[in-house]
Amino acid sequence: MTMAGTTPRRRVSLGGALPALTGLGTLIAFFAIMEVLIRSGGLNRFIVPPPSEIIASFPRIIVEEQVLSRFVMTLTECLTAGVMLTIVGVSGGVLMQRFKLLQQACETWVAALASAPVVLCYPLFLVIFGRNAWTIIMMGFVSGLPPVILKTLEGISGTRKVLVNVGRSFNLTPTQQFWKILFPAALPTIFVGIRLGLIFALINVVGVEFLINFGGLGQLINELAERYDLSGTYAAICFVVLVSVLFFMVLEKAERWLTRAE
Amino acid sequence: MTAPSPKPANADILVVDDVVVRFDTPDGPVTAVDHVSFGVRPGEFLSVIGPSGCGKSTLFNVIGGLLGHTSGVVSVCGETINSPHQSIGMVFQEESTFPWRSVTDNVAFPLELIGMPKAQRIERARHFIALVGLDGFENRYPNELSGGMRQRVSLARTLASEPKILLMDEPFAALDEQTRLLLGDKVLQIQQQLKQTTLLITHNITEAVQMSDRILVMTYRPGKVKRIVDIDLPRPRTSEIVGSEAFGRYVAQIWADLREEASRGMRDEEEHALHQTGAAS
Ligand SMILES: Nc1ncnc2c1ncn2[C@@H]1O[C@H](COP(=O)(O)OP(=O)(O)O)[C@@H](O)[C@H]1O
Ligand SMILES: [Mg+2]
Repeated sequence: MTMAGTTPRRRVSLGGALPALTGLGTLIAFFAIMEVLIRSGGLNRFIVPPPSEIIASFPRIIVEEQVLSRFVMTLTECLTAGVMLTIVGVSGGVLMQRFKLLQQACETWVAALASAPVVLCYPLFLVIFGRNAWTIIMMGFVSGLPPVILKTLEGISGTRKVLVNVGRSFNLTPTQQFWKILFPAALPTIFVGIRLGLIFALINVVGVEFLINFGGLGQLINELAERYDLSGTYAAICFVVLVSVLFFMVLEKAERWLTRAE
Repeated sequence: MTAPSPKPANADILVVDDVVVRFDTPDGPVTAVDHVSFGVRPGEFLSVIGPSGCGKSTLFNVIGGLLGHTSGVVSVCGETINSPHQSIGMVFQEESTFPWRSVTDNVAFPLELIGMPKAQRIERARHFIALVGLDGFENRYPNELSGGMRQRVSLARTLASEPKILLMDEPFAALDEQTRLLLGDKVLQIQQQLKQTTLLITHNITEAVQMSDRILVMTYRPGKVKRIVDIDLPRPRTSEIVGSEAFGRYVAQIWADLREEASRGMRDEEEHALHQTGAAS
């Protein structure tokens, strides 16, 4: 459970810098090895540019390629898809838990959808929504939806029976039973689903931007790659990574706040 | 040699009258509780003891209104129970604190439900937290507490709803021996202090004799009332009384009753296991 994890982390806050430093060190070491390998000719520099060149191309793509506004665009698309899949996914999971018929009818195909390569449907979305941000957002939304629904369903159905009985023994109304017991008990599992859903959404948002050559960072990567600007391409990829880092930081904050606030 | 169930008196706060609970299972109907009748007087501490599988938890759930019964009547203060009654507070065997709430918010839960203002309910919650001896842990979360402490949180939460009858189903069963003895002392002390009518379900003879005014011994399958024993020991009873001679006599007497039932239970389980392996091969 997530809440079980927060306390020890708080307790070892002094030693907490060590794992972070080790992680950073590993990353730097990796880039240093790449640099050496590429400069010594062990790796072809026309396939992988040396990290120093990627870093050097940052100012260029920021100034010439409006990478910041593209970054904001991709981030906005992801956030919109994220908010939509949280609202729709959690409600969907709740409805399926409430109405057994709906669950029996839908659970299998939602699970099937979770593993389907939804990205292949992008032409259909293009036809429906046109070549604009909504196609991208809807693709991210649809691909991230199944894990949110399934984990919500799992979390609520998996609420320990004794907690439900505590609620019953205190004469809770069905609404109270849901908001005061089932939902908070399921929240850690729901967050696992949201996190998975966001990963899928992010992948699909950038992927569809790339495919339909529209929008933010995905389109930029497409363009730079076509121009054979390899260091620029990798620099743009760094911004995609930044989007996902920001995203998960916000999510973690939200989770802390929701699971501890009372 | 089953003693006839005494007719419940009118002064009883809780009356269980001729209750039968039957479950439909794939192997046919199972009678878990068979024509059980007894009454509980105000302020009394009554223990229900019996081998595992004899229907104790089933009875507990019926009295708590969580489970329907096949026939018979359960009534509290003259009101027939078919669903959870506000006069009955339950403490469960399994860990039942809310992990997403602090100790204070756990204990304040029933007060929140009746719409008590925040400041007032925190104060009330503190009172019950102190009562179970958890002062200083108000802002902790259950995952920061030991099993015994969590069980005390559950107890405080139930007490905070100020039930007329406290119903406990093997509340200490998952705890180690020392914790169990200490918690037993605590419960007894609280029960005496609040003059709380208490119904304790247990399979532990020492625990039952130490705490109870009366002990109801149940038979193994179907669960009937085998005997109701009055425990005539002076109060207050701390864990020290466990060594006395009178105490030993009660334990021996109840064990004699229980042994027969427990060994029947054991044989039954062995036969069941044999039957299963026989069916599998
Ligand atoms: N929901 C149920 N369905 C079928 N059988 C049950 C159910 N609940 C309990 N039983 C059976 O009823 C008997 C009594 O169970 P229980 O009340 O849990 O015993 P105890 O608490 O004394 O150990 C057991 O034989 C058990 O298998
Ligand atoms: Mg039981």
